[in-house]
Amino acid sequence: MSNPFLSVRDLTVDFHTEDGLVHAVDGLSFDVEKGTTLGIVGESGSGKSVTNLTVLGLHNPETTKISGEIHLDGQELIGASRSTMEKLRGNKIAMIFQDPLTALSPYHTIGRQIGEVYRKHTGASKSEARARAVEMLTRVGIPQPKTRVDDYPHQFSGGMRQRAMIAMALVCDPDLLIADEPTTALDVTVQAQILDLLKELQDQTGTSIIMITHDLGVVANTAHNVLVMYAGRAVERGTVKEVLNTPRHPYTWGLLGSMPRLSSSVDIPLKPVRGTPPSLLNVPSGCPFHPRCDYMDLAGPELCKGERPELSPHRGHGDACYLTLAQKREIHK
Amino acid sequence: MFRFITRRTLGAVVTLLIIAACTFFLFFAVPADPARLACGKVCPPELLEQARHNLGLDQPLFVQFLTWVGGIFLGRDYEGLGYCSAPCLGFSFVNKAPVLDTILDRMPLTISLTLGAAVVFLFFGVATGIVAALKQGKALDKIASVSSLIGASLQIYFIGTLALYFLVYKNHILRQPGYVPFTENPLNWAAGLMLPWVVLAIIFTANYTRMTRSTMVEQLTEDYVRTARAKGMANRSVVMRFALRGTLITIVTILGVDLGTLIGGAIITEQTFGLQGIGQLSIRAVWSSDLPMLMATVLVAAGAIVVFNIIVDVLYAVIDPRVRLS
Repeated sequence: MSNPFLSVRDLTVDFHTEDGLVHAVDGLSFDVEKGTTLGIVGESGSGKSVTNLTVLGLHNPETTKISGEIHLDGQELIGASRSTMEKLRGNKIAMIFQDPLTALSPYHTIGRQIGEVYRKHTGASKSEARARAVEMLTRVGIPQPKTRVDDYPHQFSGGMRQRAMIAMALVCDPDLLIADEPTTALDVTVQAQILDLLKELQDQTGTSIIMITHDLGVVANTAHNVLVMYAGRAVERGTVKEVLNTPRHPYTWGLLGSMPRLSSSVDIPLKPVRGTPPSLLNVPSGCPFHPRCDYMDLAGPELCKGERPELSPHRGHGDACYLTLAQKREIHK
Repeated sequence: MFRFITRRTLGAVVTLLIIAACTFFLFFAVPADPARLACGKVCPPELLEQARHNLGLDQPLFVQFLTWVGGIFLGRDYEGLGYCSAPCLGFSFVNKAPVLDTILDRMPLTISLTLGAAVVFLFFGVATGIVAALKQGKALDKIASVSSLIGASLQIYFIGTLALYFLVYKNHILRQPGYVPFTENPLNWAAGLMLPWVVLAIIFTANYTRMTRSTMVEQLTEDYVRTARAKGMANRSVVMRFALRGTLITIVTILGVDLGTLIGGAIITEQTFGLQGIGQLSIRAVWSSDLPMLMATVLVAAGAIVVFNIIVDVLYAVIDPRVRLS
């Protein structure tokens, strides 16, 4: 595949705030192939959500400075006109938000909120849109969709709201679905149902998905490829198998080490990544992870604090760290 | 919904009775003798006694109050003045006419004044507020906030008098304020009230601008507004259908209070422009110790507040479906 469906190159996003310039995303590149799922993992403030709001063009143009390229199916999105973006949003690119209670309008019925996207992008009539809304609710597994279509979001349970949100996102058969922590606000059993539903719908429609999450478990279950972000940069990239089984970056090791596993003994304590994520107002020099890294002495402090490491190798399983491959293999057995 | 309205209406009646009782007993705490005022300048003791009896003032206070309340529901016979059919608010001590007739006679003016001004300040206030919210921090926003600050600091008797002088007496741009019933001549009705409307609106617009702006700014950062954008909704519909919907709650709340207050009598406005409305009636009733008229104007003012409160609560349910359940 020479031309990936979505390709992001050297994306840099800066915000002007009262405290100064926030470097939310810094030189980020990634691809999403058709019909696959990319999991973007990282702590709060690592730039995951900002990246995807930028893809949709939902950033505040007054305070945000963006450079780089975002190509969707060959079309450049950065600098695209407002009407172009409006035609894409909800139609070719759709988004599912974290908390379906606040992300759905409390003032309009579920059916209307689903139907209006359809009407907007297909020019369907009111009754056609309503029928489509019922059809979508059926597809996402809402019982009695014909009556529930006239309900308001507060009359739905949390899981049903997220199903409705997914129905709304998929109503125009988008080519790319961005799911921003779609299961964080839900309880665990519902989380699994929602993830299964997304996978099932992807199998049916061939939609590409970007799954933003801080939960590696979600990534393991749903994604084909993974991008680990730290301080607005990609620190590791690869297939799910590569990244979860043979992780190469100390930050990824930290993330995996801080996660409970069924297979490991209960006596082994969970190890949190020490320190706190850096302020994006003042990102550490060189490798932004170096103040929290346990292996800086091994790789060479001058190196780690000096030049910023690039993702290497350029394709396939890559990571941005000065440790040698042998050292990485040795540390992570 | 029906049960809600019934419950609130019963509550309103009780509230109004309590207010009536307070007004009634407070009135007699003031050292003035309505009988003497009714009797006239030269008043021999027998006539004074007669006047006191006719007005019912020789009865114990409590009995007087109950008779007054009874009059509202059953009607009441006044010796020497005639029968006053229910709902009877009594005869004015001063002009001996049924109070209710006078109130009903003045009501159209006050309602016209209030509603006309409300249309103007609601439109300009909300529109400016939306624009200011959308242009946050820009020149338009700053102009809007400075001018609302100025508007809010002005007093009716100040700009009212200035406007009267420059626009009416000196330059004859607007007609002398006055009231012509709408049914008689809609054009003259509007022309006569134009100046009071505009002046009232200048004072009130500021509040709507400020409240609309701040609520709108908040609404624009709501998740569901972002979702609407993510769905590809055009900016105009995001603002007007999503963000404005949440702002309506705030607008309706202050509108209810303002309408209630204004119907109860825009005293200073009516005084400034020489309009004979409810506000004028109420101050005159105080000056002349005209108890029945005073009671009536207080009831109108309190009733307006109570009624608009109920309307606002009903509107909440119309605007926000989450309110309908509880």
